[in-house]
Amino acid sequence: MSVRVYDLAHARAGDKGNTSNISVICYDAKHWDFIERELTPERVAEAFKHLAKGPIKRHPLRNLKAFNFVIENALGGGVTVSLAQDIHGKSYSTVMLAIELPDPPK
Amino acid sequence: MVPALELAERGDIDYLVFECLAERTVSRENLSRSKNPDQGYSPSLHARLRMVLPACIKKGIRIVSNMGAANPLGGARAARKEAADLGLGDVAVAVVLGDDVSSMVKHKPELRLIENGEPLESILPKMISANAYLGADVMCEALNTGAPIVLSGRVADPSLFLAPMMHEFGWAYDDLPKIAQGTAAGHLLECTASVTGGCFGWPGKKDVPDLANNGFPFADVKADGSVIIGKTPGTGGRLDVMTCTEQLIYEIHDPTAYITPDCVLDITGVSLTQEAPDRVRVANAQARPATPTYKVNVGYADGYIGEGEVSYGGIDAVARAKWAAEIVRERLKRQGFTYDDFRVDLIGMSSLHDQVDLRPEPYEVRLRMAGRTPDRKAAHAIGFEVRAMHMHGPGGAGGACEPRVRDVLAVKSVLLPKNLVNAQVVVEGSL
Repeated sequence: MSVRVYDLAHARAGDKGNTSNISVICYDAKHWDFIERELTPERVAEAFKHLAKGPIKRHPLRNLKAFNFVIENALGGGVTVSLAQDIHGKSYSTVMLAIELPDPPK
Repeated sequence: MVPALELAERGDIDYLVFECLAERTVSRENLSRSKNPDQGYSPSLHARLRMVLPACIKKGIRIVSNMGAANPLGGARAARKEAADLGLGDVAVAVVLGDDVSSMVKHKPELRLIENGEPLESILPKMISANAYLGADVMCEALNTGAPIVLSGRVADPSLFLAPMMHEFGWAYDDLPKIAQGTAAGHLLECTASVTGGCFGWPGKKDVPDLANNGFPFADVKADGSVIIGKTPGTGGRLDVMTCTEQLIYEIHDPTAYITPDCVLDITGVSLTQEAPDRVRVANAQARPATPTYKVNVGYADGYIGEGEVSYGGIDAVARAKWAAEIVRERLKRQGFTYDDFRVDLIGMSSLHDQVDLRPEPYEVRLRMAGRTPDRKAAHAIGFEVRAMHMHGPGGAGGACEPRVRDVLAVKSVLLPKNLVNAQVVVEGSL
């Protein structure tokens, strides 16, 4: 059994320069601790290893049932010089949502 | 365009804010102004003002915008002409100047680029523009003139929204709880439809009603700093705690320290509460005093990006697309072209998230190749050679695009002490 981030949370990606900023927001506050335990910066780094060099920092926002992941060196040098089609990395939220977490909460 | 008009007509608002500048827009407009000194403001200013001015003047709604871009004075003249042409008479415009710090930073080659720590000197020879993100203080000063329209160049996005609150309620920078609330409200509003169901929906999971008729948001702010976010009555979309949470965190990086020219905002204590349908209360934003520096965006020319696309479908589509990519690379190499950065995408498999070898093969793919180089000819050659796959490549290539080349306007940033920047207000027209 496993869940995807998608099953428990929603997400939006944004950018500044060469840094991607991806929120992960729990639908239900009761999943916050589980996400905190399982969606570690290391696990996110693994999911983004082909897209971003990192480092990755996770900021907790318990009050908003959320986390904010800040992923550096993620946007092909930055919006203004990137060769990517999705220069802002807006679609990166779906990479986050697809991450599998091993221990589903009861 | 229409949502802004609906907001002006039906939103019961006192201020209509247009935030219109992306990171490199000012650079692009600076190039326009260098070709024609009357240009350099947002070209969309004409259509936007023509649309909303009659309703705004009639209802006494004041317009605040950074559409002045690289030429706020030119923008003000254009705005006044639009008003006169609409029969609205002599409409004064308060113009905020001083964000253009290009002549000053030329003499400060030692400033460090935030992105890579290199001295500014490394990009100075190619610099096109340098603009400080001004704050709400000078926008508030402009509003104090009483002009119906306030136009600026580069101003931090939330500051455009905070300024009317400071003006209305007399909030000062040291009243941090209110500055925090106003900044949070501004951040929630600055991407318009992104807080009312745009950039949000997901069929069956996060449904958004009548998204095609999505309405723009407003903030209902009281003098005590209480904030409710609402949206134009009778529009589609969705405004709730979920949409507000996504937008509140959007592009904020460290949520304990979102730096604006006005304060350092901390959103970690913010609570969002659904007060009524399409009305969300925002409370408990906190802030620390502003930093002593302005962020300055430095735009510079950084060569060219060339690209081309061609499609393959049916049997072995992916194998033929990959073969074509190899052929194009070889043909570019044989002509002696080199690239600072080069990229091959198979649209339908790997153009967004890479890892082509892990993806299932689709029925058809579109090969896209792109490269960045200081040599315009080398940039053009990419699209030329991709298009040539019609003739010189694997069988069954279809639908190549024309070769595309664009100038790269790169942006990096430095911090400049605020006391070196001379932000000021001038009024065009009579009050």
